[in-house]
Amino acid sequence: MSEAATPITTPEPIQRRAIALVSGGLDSMLAVKVMQEQGIHVEGVNFFTGFCVEGHTHAIRKKDKEKNKRNNALWVAEKLGIKLHILDISEEYKDVVLNPKHGYGANLNPCLDCKIFMVNQATLMLNKARELAGEKGFDFIITGEVVGQRPKSQRKETMPIISSESGADDRLLRPLSARNLPETLPEREGWVDRERLYDFSGRNRKPQMALARHFGLEEYAQPAGGCCFLTDESYSNKLADLWRARNERRYELDDIMLLKVGRHIRPAEHHKLIISREEGENRFLEGYRYQFTSLTTVSCPGPLALVDGTFESEQELRRAAAIVARYSKGRGDDEVVLEVKEPGGVAREITVAPALPDDIPLSWHVG
Amino acid sequence: MTENVHELDVRRQLCPIPVIKTQNKVNELAQGAVLRVTCTDPGALNDIPAWCRINGHEVLKTEQDDREVVITLRVGEASVAL
Repeated sequence: MSEAATPITTPEPIQRRAIALVSGGLDSMLAVKVMQEQGIHVEGVNFFTGFCVEGHTHAIRKKDKEKNKRNNALWVAEKLGIKLHILDISEEYKDVVLNPKHGYGANLNPCLDCKIFMVNQATLMLNKARELAGEKGFDFIITGEVVGQRPKSQRKETMPIISSESGADDRLLRPLSARNLPETLPEREGWVDRERLYDFSGRNRKPQMALARHFGLEEYAQPAGGCCFLTDESYSNKLADLWRARNERRYELDDIMLLKVGRHIRPAEHHKLIISREEGENRFLEGYRYQFTSLTTVSCPGPLALVDGTFESEQELRRAAAIVARYSKGRGDDEVVLEVKEPGGVAREITVAPALPDDIPLSWHVG
Repeated sequence: MTENVHELDVRRQLCPIPVIKTQNKVNELAQGAVLRVTCTDPGALNDIPAWCRINGHEVLKTEQDDREVVITLRVGEASVAL
Protein backbone atom coordinates (compact mmCIF):
# COMPACT_ATOMS: atom_id res chain seq x y z
CA MET A 1 0.00 0.00 0.00
CA SER A 2 1.53 3.26 -0.99
CA GLU A 3 1.29 6.29 1.21
CA ALA A 4 -0.52 9.29 -0.17
CA ALA A 5 1.89 12.04 -1.09
CA THR A 6 1.83 14.96 1.33
CA PRO A 7 0.84 18.06 -0.64
CA ILE A 8 3.45 20.76 -0.55
CA THR A 9 1.90 23.99 0.65
CA THR A 10 3.45 27.38 1.01
CA PRO A 11 2.69 28.77 4.46
CA GLU A 12 0.55 31.87 4.47
CA PRO A 13 2.77 34.86 5.08
CA ILE A 14 2.19 36.31 8.50
CA GLN A 15 0.51 39.69 8.37
CA ARG A 16 2.63 41.94 10.54
CA ARG A 17 0.89 44.18 13.02
CA ALA A 18 1.70 47.68 14.17
CA ILE A 19 0.44 49.95 16.93
CA ALA A 20 0.14 53.54 15.73
CA LEU A 21 0.17 56.60 17.95
CA VAL A 22 -2.84 58.47 16.57
CA SER A 23 -3.24 62.11 17.55
CA GLY A 24 -5.94 63.00 15.05
CA GLY A 25 -3.61 65.13 12.94
CA LEU A 26 -2.41 64.60 9.41
CA ASP A 27 1.03 63.11 10.11
CA SER A 28 -0.13 60.12 12.13
CA MET A 29 -2.89 59.60 9.58
CA LEU A 30 -0.33 59.45 6.77
CA ALA A 31 1.99 57.18 8.74
CA VAL A 32 -0.86 54.67 9.10
CA LYS A 33 -1.74 54.94 5.41
CA VAL A 34 1.87 54.27 4.40
CA MET A 35 1.85 51.11 6.52
CA GLN A 36 -1.53 49.95 5.25
CA GLU A 37 -0.22 50.37 1.70
CA GLN A 38 2.47 47.86 2.60
CA GLY A 39 -0.06 45.35 3.91
CA ILE A 40 0.54 45.96 7.61
CA HIS A 41 -2.40 45.56 10.01
CA VAL A 42 -2.54 48.73 12.08
CA GLU A 43 -4.43 49.55 15.28
CA GLY A 44 -4.32 52.99 16.83
CA VAL A 45 -3.78 54.24 20.33
CA ASN A 46 -4.64 57.72 21.53
CA PHE A 47 -3.75 59.15 24.93
CA PHE A 48 -5.81 61.45 27.12
CA THR A 49 -3.44 63.59 29.18
CA GLY A 50 -5.96 66.15 30.45
CA PHE A 51 -4.28 68.84 28.39
CA CYS A 52 -5.75 67.75 25.07
CA VAL A 53 -7.42 70.53 23.11
CA GLU A 54 -9.72 67.94 21.56
CA GLY A 55 -13.26 67.71 22.74
CA HIS A 56 -13.44 69.75 25.88
CA THR A 57 -13.22 73.25 24.54
CA HIS A 58 -15.50 72.35 21.68
CA ALA A 59 -18.03 70.99 24.11
CA ILE A 60 -17.82 73.91 26.49
CA ARG A 61 -17.80 77.00 24.35
CA LYS A 62 -20.93 78.11 22.61
CA LYS A 63 -19.00 79.93 19.91
CA ASP A 64 -17.87 76.54 18.71
CA LYS A 65 -21.43 75.25 18.61
CA GLU A 66 -21.55 75.20 14.84
CA LYS A 67 -18.31 73.26 14.66
CA ASN A 68 -18.59 69.53 14.34
CA LYS A 69 -18.01 68.27 17.86
CA ARG A 70 -16.05 65.28 16.74
CA ASN A 71 -13.00 63.76 18.30
CA ASN A 72 -10.39 63.88 15.57
CA ALA A 73 -8.55 60.73 16.66
CA LEU A 74 -11.79 58.74 16.39
CA TRP A 75 -12.64 60.40 13.12
CA VAL A 76 -9.20 59.58 11.69
CA ALA A 77 -9.44 55.97 12.89
CA GLU A 78 -12.77 55.57 11.16
CA LYS A 79 -11.43 57.12 7.96
CA LEU A 80 -8.47 54.73 8.04
CA GLY A 81 -10.58 51.71 8.99
CA ILE A 82 -8.52 50.94 12.09
CA LYS A 83 -9.44 50.17 15.68
CA LEU A 84 -8.61 52.85 18.20
CA HIS A 85 -7.86 52.38 21.87
CA ILE A 86 -8.09 55.53 23.97
CA LEU A 87 -6.13 55.53 27.19
CA ASP A 88 -6.60 57.83 30.14
CA ILE A 89 -3.03 58.54 31.28
CA SER A 90 -3.88 61.81 33.03
CA GLU A 91 -2.70 60.62 36.45
CA GLU A 92 0.62 59.13 35.36
CA TYR A 93 1.18 62.09 33.07
CA LYS A 94 1.51 64.49 36.01
CA ASP A 95 5.08 63.39 36.54
CA VAL A 96 5.87 64.22 32.90
CA VAL A 97 4.50 67.75 33.32
CA LEU A 98 5.95 68.39 36.76
CA ASN A 99 9.39 66.81 36.34
CA PRO A 100 10.39 66.69 32.69
CA LYS A 101 13.87 65.21 32.46
CA HIS A 102 14.48 66.98 29.17
CA GLY A 103 12.89 70.28 30.22
CA TYR A 104 10.17 72.40 28.68
CA GLY A 105 9.72 73.93 25.23
CA ALA A 106 8.74 77.57 24.70
CA ASN A 107 5.96 77.25 27.31
CA LEU A 108 5.22 74.52 29.87
CA ASN A 109 5.24 71.91 27.12
CA PRO A 110 7.44 68.92 27.98
CA CYS A 111 7.27 67.67 24.39
CA LEU A 112 10.29 65.36 24.38
CA ASP A 113 9.41 63.70 27.69
CA CYS A 114 5.81 63.49 26.50
CA LYS A 115 6.77 61.65 23.34
CA ILE A 116 9.05 59.29 25.26
CA PHE A 117 6.25 58.62 27.73
CA MET A 118 3.68 57.91 25.03
CA VAL A 119 5.96 55.63 23.03
CA ASN A 120 6.82 53.87 26.28
CA GLN A 121 3.11 53.33 26.97
CA ALA A 122 2.70 51.90 23.47
CA THR A 123 5.74 49.67 24.06
CA LEU A 124 4.20 48.31 27.25
CA MET A 125 1.00 47.62 25.32
CA LEU A 126 2.96 45.91 22.57
CA ASN A 127 4.83 43.74 25.06
CA LYS A 128 1.63 42.82 26.87
CA ALA A 129 -0.15 41.95 23.63
CA ARG A 130 2.81 39.80 22.51
CA GLU A 131 2.72 38.03 25.85
CA LEU A 132 -1.03 37.39 25.58
CA ALA A 133 -1.38 36.68 21.90
CA GLY A 134 2.07 35.78 20.57
CA GLU A 135 2.08 36.16 16.78
CA LYS A 136 -1.39 37.70 16.96
CA GLY A 137 0.03 40.43 19.14
CA PHE A 138 1.92 43.35 17.68
CA ASP A 139 5.32 43.58 16.04
CA PHE A 140 6.23 47.25 16.04
CA ILE A 141 5.13 50.81 16.77
CA ILE A 142 4.71 53.67 14.33
CA THR A 143 4.41 57.42 14.83
CA GLY A 144 3.89 60.33 12.46
CA GLU A 145 7.09 62.04 13.63
CA VAL A 146 9.05 64.02 11.07
CA VAL A 147 12.69 64.96 11.61
CA GLY A 148 13.07 68.70 12.16
CA GLN A 149 9.37 69.42 12.37
CA ARG A 150 9.13 70.42 16.02
CA PRO A 151 11.78 72.45 17.79
CA LYS A 152 11.64 70.48 21.04
CA SER A 153 10.84 66.89 20.26
CA GLN A 154 11.11 66.20 16.56
CA ARG A 155 14.79 66.81 15.84
CA LYS A 156 17.29 64.40 14.32
CA GLU A 157 19.13 64.09 17.64
CA THR A 158 15.95 63.50 19.67
CA MET A 159 14.67 60.63 17.51
CA PRO A 160 17.15 58.03 18.90
CA ILE A 161 16.55 59.38 22.43
CA ILE A 162 12.82 58.67 22.06
CA SER A 163 13.54 55.18 20.68
CA SER A 164 15.91 54.22 23.46
CA GLU A 165 14.39 55.95 26.50
CA SER A 166 10.90 54.66 25.65
CA GLY A 167 12.22 51.10 25.51
CA ALA A 168 10.84 50.67 21.98
CA ASP A 169 14.36 50.72 20.48
CA ASP A 170 14.34 49.48 16.90
CA ARG A 171 10.70 48.45 17.06
CA LEU A 172 9.84 52.14 16.61
CA LEU A 173 9.36 53.15 12.99
CA ARG A 174 8.60 56.63 11.66
CA PRO A 175 7.29 55.93 8.15
CA LEU A 176 7.35 59.60 7.07
CA SER A 177 11.00 60.15 8.01
CA ALA A 178 12.40 56.62 8.06
CA ARG A 179 14.85 57.16 5.23
CA ASN A 180 16.53 59.93 7.20
CA LEU A 181 17.01 57.58 10.13
CA PRO A 182 18.84 54.29 10.83
CA GLU A 183 17.14 51.10 9.73
CA THR A 184 14.68 49.65 12.21
CA LEU A 185 13.63 46.05 12.93
CA PRO A 186 10.59 46.02 10.60
CA GLU A 187 12.80 47.26 7.76
CA ARG A 188 15.65 44.83 8.48
CA GLU A 189 13.27 41.89 8.74
CA GLY A 190 11.61 42.82 5.47
CA TRP A 191 8.20 43.35 7.10
CA VAL A 192 8.18 46.75 5.43
CA ASP A 193 10.04 47.96 2.38
CA ARG A 194 12.33 50.86 3.33
CA GLU A 195 12.31 52.08 -0.27
CA ARG A 196 8.59 52.74 0.04
CA LEU A 197 8.99 54.80 3.18
CA TYR A 198 9.63 58.56 3.14
CA ASP A 199 12.39 61.02 3.92
CA PHE A 200 10.38 64.05 4.97
CA SER A 201 12.17 66.60 7.10
CA GLY A 202 11.70 70.13 8.34
CA ARG A 203 8.70 72.30 8.95
CA ASN A 204 7.52 72.49 5.34
CA ARG A 205 4.16 70.74 5.18
CA LYS A 206 3.98 70.50 1.39
CA PRO A 207 5.26 66.89 1.17
CA GLN A 208 2.61 65.78 3.66
CA MET A 209 -0.08 67.60 1.73
CA ALA A 210 1.08 65.99 -1.53
CA LEU A 211 1.03 62.57 0.13
CA ALA A 212 -2.45 63.27 1.49
CA ARG A 213 -3.56 64.02 -2.08
CA HIS A 214 -1.89 60.80 -3.27
CA PHE A 215 -3.97 58.87 -0.74
CA GLY A 216 -7.11 60.78 -1.67
CA LEU A 217 -7.36 62.37 1.77
CA GLU A 218 -9.15 65.63 1.23
CA GLU A 219 -10.21 66.41 4.77
CA TYR A 220 -7.96 66.36 7.79
CA ALA A 221 -7.56 68.29 11.02
CA GLN A 222 -5.02 71.08 11.02
CA PRO A 223 -4.53 72.11 14.62
CA ALA A 224 -3.01 75.59 14.69
CA GLY A 225 -0.91 75.28 17.84
CA GLY A 226 -0.68 71.54 18.17
CA CYS A 227 -3.12 69.39 20.07
CA CYS A 228 -1.96 70.21 23.59
CA PHE A 229 -2.83 73.19 25.76
CA LEU A 230 0.66 73.21 27.25
CA THR A 231 2.04 74.68 24.03
CA ASP A 232 -0.29 77.66 24.52
CA GLU A 233 1.34 80.65 26.22
CA SER A 234 -1.80 81.91 27.94
CA TYR A 235 -2.64 78.44 29.28
CA SER A 236 0.92 77.91 30.52
CA ASN A 237 0.81 81.28 32.29
CA LYS A 238 -2.37 80.21 34.06
CA LEU A 239 -0.79 76.94 35.16
CA ALA A 240 2.34 78.74 36.40
CA ASP A 241 0.11 81.19 38.30
CA LEU A 242 -1.71 78.28 39.93
CA TRP A 243 1.55 76.77 41.15
CA ARG A 244 2.82 80.13 42.38
CA ALA A 245 -0.36 80.84 44.32
CA ARG A 246 -0.31 77.40 45.92
CA ASN A 247 3.40 77.52 46.68
CA GLU A 248 3.77 74.08 45.19
CA ARG A 249 3.87 72.47 41.79
CA ARG A 250 0.93 70.09 41.74
CA TYR A 251 -2.46 69.85 40.03
CA GLU A 252 -5.60 67.77 39.89
CA LEU A 253 -7.60 67.05 36.75
CA ASP A 254 -10.27 69.59 37.75
CA ASP A 255 -7.59 72.30 38.05
CA ILE A 256 -6.36 71.84 34.53
CA MET A 257 -9.90 71.60 33.16
CA LEU A 258 -10.80 74.91 34.80
CA LEU A 259 -7.73 76.59 33.29
CA LYS A 260 -9.31 75.98 29.88
CA VAL A 261 -12.45 77.90 30.76
CA GLY A 262 -13.40 81.51 31.47
CA ARG A 263 -11.66 84.73 32.32
CA HIS A 264 -9.15 84.28 35.17
CA ILE A 265 -8.66 87.27 37.46
CA ARG A 266 -6.47 87.19 40.56
CA PRO A 267 -7.10 90.20 42.83
CA ALA A 268 -5.06 88.59 45.66
CA GLU A 269 -2.56 85.76 46.08
CA HIS A 270 -5.08 83.78 48.11
CA HIS A 271 -7.98 83.88 45.66
CA LYS A 272 -8.69 83.88 41.96
CA LEU A 273 -11.97 84.41 40.12
CA ILE A 274 -12.91 82.21 37.18
CA ILE A 275 -15.61 84.16 35.34
CA SER A 276 -17.61 82.57 32.54
CA ARG A 277 -17.64 84.36 29.20
CA GLU A 278 -20.74 82.83 27.73
CA GLU A 279 -23.56 80.36 28.23
CA GLY A 280 -21.56 77.21 27.50
CA GLU A 281 -18.90 78.14 30.05
CA ASN A 282 -21.65 79.08 32.49
CA ARG A 283 -23.08 75.58 32.25
CA PHE A 284 -19.64 74.04 32.63
CA LEU A 285 -18.78 76.09 35.74
CA GLU A 286 -22.20 75.32 37.19
CA GLY A 287 -21.00 71.75 37.68
CA TYR A 288 -18.27 72.98 40.05
CA ARG A 289 -20.48 75.02 42.40
CA TYR A 290 -20.53 72.22 44.94
CA GLN A 291 -16.73 72.51 45.24
CA PHE A 292 -16.19 76.27 45.12
CA THR A 293 -17.73 79.44 46.51
CA SER A 294 -19.54 81.03 43.57
CA LEU A 295 -20.87 84.44 42.63
CA THR A 296 -23.63 85.14 40.18
CA THR A 297 -25.70 88.22 39.37
CA VAL A 298 -29.33 88.27 40.44
CA SER A 299 -30.58 91.73 39.44
CA CYS A 300 -29.45 91.38 35.80
CA PRO A 301 -28.14 88.72 33.42
CA GLY A 302 -24.48 88.05 34.06
CA PRO A 303 -21.74 85.49 34.36
CA LEU A 304 -21.15 82.79 36.90
CA ALA A 305 -17.84 83.10 38.76
CA LEU A 306 -16.06 80.50 40.84
CA VAL A 307 -13.74 81.57 43.63
CA ASP A 308 -10.58 79.48 43.71
CA GLY A 309 -9.25 80.27 47.17
CA THR A 310 -10.67 82.22 50.08
CA PHE A 311 -11.69 85.73 51.07
CA GLU A 312 -10.01 87.08 54.16
CA SER A 313 -12.52 89.86 54.68
CA GLU A 314 -15.96 91.06 53.65
CA GLN A 315 -14.17 93.80 51.72
CA GLU A 316 -12.39 91.22 49.55
CA LEU A 317 -15.71 89.51 48.86
CA ARG A 318 -17.30 92.83 47.87
CA ARG A 319 -14.38 93.63 45.57
CA ALA A 320 -14.78 90.24 43.86
CA ALA A 321 -18.54 90.81 43.50
CA ALA A 322 -17.88 94.22 41.92
CA ILE A 323 -15.54 92.59 39.39
CA VAL A 324 -18.15 89.98 38.50
CA ALA A 325 -20.77 92.75 38.16
CA ARG A 326 -18.40 94.52 35.75
CA TYR A 327 -18.82 91.58 33.35
CA SER A 328 -22.62 91.52 33.67
CA LYS A 329 -25.36 93.31 31.74
CA GLY A 330 -25.64 95.63 34.74
CA ARG A 331 -22.15 97.08 34.35
CA GLY A 332 -23.66 100.53 33.67
CA ASP A 333 -26.05 100.37 36.66
CA ASP A 334 -25.42 102.06 39.99
CA GLU A 335 -25.87 98.81 41.85
CA VAL A 336 -25.96 95.12 41.04
CA VAL A 337 -27.29 92.38 43.31
CA LEU A 338 -25.32 89.14 43.41
CA GLU A 339 -25.80 85.81 45.07
CA VAL A 340 -22.84 84.39 46.97
CA LYS A 341 -23.13 80.66 47.40
CA GLU A 342 -20.89 78.53 49.58
CA PRO A 343 -19.93 75.03 48.40
CA GLY A 344 -22.33 73.58 50.96
CA GLY A 345 -25.24 75.44 49.36
CA VAL A 346 -25.66 78.27 51.89
CA ALA A 347 -26.43 81.42 49.89
CA ARG A 348 -26.87 85.12 50.59
CA GLU A 349 -27.27 88.24 48.51
CA ILE A 350 -24.99 91.28 48.40
CA THR A 351 -25.36 94.56 46.56
CA VAL A 352 -22.33 96.31 45.06
CA ALA A 353 -21.46 99.02 42.57
CA PRO A 354 -19.91 97.38 39.47
CA ALA A 355 -16.14 97.83 39.17
CA LEU A 356 -14.86 100.33 36.65
CA PRO A 357 -12.26 99.24 34.08
CA ASP A 358 -9.48 100.99 36.03
CA ASP A 359 -10.46 99.07 39.16
CA ILE A 360 -9.23 95.87 37.53
CA PRO A 361 -5.53 96.30 36.72
CA LEU A 362 -4.15 94.33 33.81
CA SER A 363 -1.78 92.56 36.16
CA TRP A 364 -4.77 90.83 37.77
CA HIS A 365 -5.65 89.16 34.47
CA VAL A 366 -4.00 85.76 34.40
CA GLY A 367 -3.04 84.27 31.07
CA MET B 1 -37.98 38.03 28.67
CA THR B 2 -36.53 41.47 29.30
CA GLU B 3 -32.88 41.89 28.37
CA ASN B 4 -30.51 42.83 31.18
CA VAL B 5 -29.23 46.32 30.41
CA HIS B 6 -26.00 47.52 31.99
CA GLU B 7 -25.86 51.20 32.87
CA LEU B 8 -23.02 53.72 32.72
CA ASP B 9 -23.45 57.25 34.05
CA VAL B 10 -20.89 59.69 32.62
CA ARG B 11 -22.91 62.84 33.12
CA ARG B 12 -20.86 66.04 33.57
CA GLN B 13 -17.79 64.40 32.08
CA LEU B 14 -16.35 65.79 28.91
CA CYS B 15 -15.16 63.90 25.87
CA PRO B 16 -13.07 61.87 25.56
CA ILE B 17 -13.73 60.70 29.12
CA PRO B 18 -17.23 59.33 28.31
CA VAL B 19 -15.67 57.39 25.42
CA ILE B 20 -12.85 56.05 27.59
CA LYS B 21 -15.28 54.97 30.32
CA THR B 22 -17.53 53.33 27.72
CA GLN B 23 -14.53 51.50 26.29
CA ASN B 24 -13.42 50.31 29.73
CA LYS B 25 -16.94 49.16 30.63
CA VAL B 26 -17.37 47.36 27.30
CA ASN B 27 -14.06 45.52 27.93
CA GLU B 28 -15.60 44.08 31.12
CA LEU B 29 -18.78 42.87 29.39
CA ALA B 30 -19.41 39.73 27.40
CA GLN B 31 -20.20 39.76 23.69
CA GLY B 32 -23.90 40.47 23.16
CA ALA B 33 -24.35 42.42 26.40
CA VAL B 34 -26.33 45.67 26.19
CA LEU B 35 -24.97 48.88 27.70
CA ARG B 36 -26.83 52.15 28.16
CA VAL B 37 -24.57 55.20 28.52
CA THR B 38 -25.95 58.50 29.86
CA CYS B 39 -23.90 61.63 29.08
CA THR B 40 -24.26 65.39 29.19
CA ASP B 41 -21.47 66.27 26.74
CA PRO B 42 -23.19 66.60 23.35
CA GLY B 43 -19.89 65.53 21.73
CA ALA B 44 -20.60 62.01 23.00
CA LEU B 45 -23.38 61.76 20.44
CA ASN B 46 -20.71 61.65 17.73
CA ASP B 47 -17.84 60.12 19.61
CA ILE B 48 -19.39 57.06 21.25
CA PRO B 49 -21.12 55.82 18.06
CA ALA B 50 -17.86 56.46 16.13
CA TRP B 51 -15.93 54.47 18.73
CA CYS B 52 -18.52 51.66 18.45
CA ARG B 53 -18.34 51.59 14.66
CA ILE B 54 -14.55 51.34 14.51
CA ASN B 55 -14.32 48.75 17.27
CA GLY B 56 -17.15 46.51 16.08
CA HIS B 57 -19.93 47.27 18.57
CA GLU B 58 -23.51 47.93 17.52
CA VAL B 59 -25.31 51.15 18.42
CA LEU B 60 -28.91 50.17 19.11
CA LYS B 61 -30.31 53.59 19.91
CA THR B 62 -29.32 57.22 20.49
CA GLU B 63 -31.57 59.66 22.33
CA GLN B 64 -31.03 63.34 23.05
CA ASP B 65 -32.91 66.01 24.91
CA ASP B 66 -31.83 69.46 26.10
CA ARG B 67 -29.55 68.18 28.83
CA GLU B 68 -28.71 64.55 28.18
CA VAL B 69 -27.56 62.14 25.53
CA VAL B 70 -28.31 58.44 25.97
CA ILE B 71 -26.59 55.83 23.81
CA THR B 72 -27.55 52.16 23.93
CA LEU B 73 -25.12 49.71 22.42
CA ARG B 74 -24.58 46.00 22.05
CA VAL B 75 -21.07 44.67 22.74
CA GLY B 76 -19.38 43.04 19.75
CA GLU B 77 -16.55 40.54 19.52
CA ALA B 78 -13.56 41.16 21.80
CA SER B 79 -10.29 42.07 20.10
CA VAL B 80 -6.71 41.43 21.21
CA ALA B 81 -6.51 43.39 24.41
CA LEU B 82 -4.17 46.33 24.08
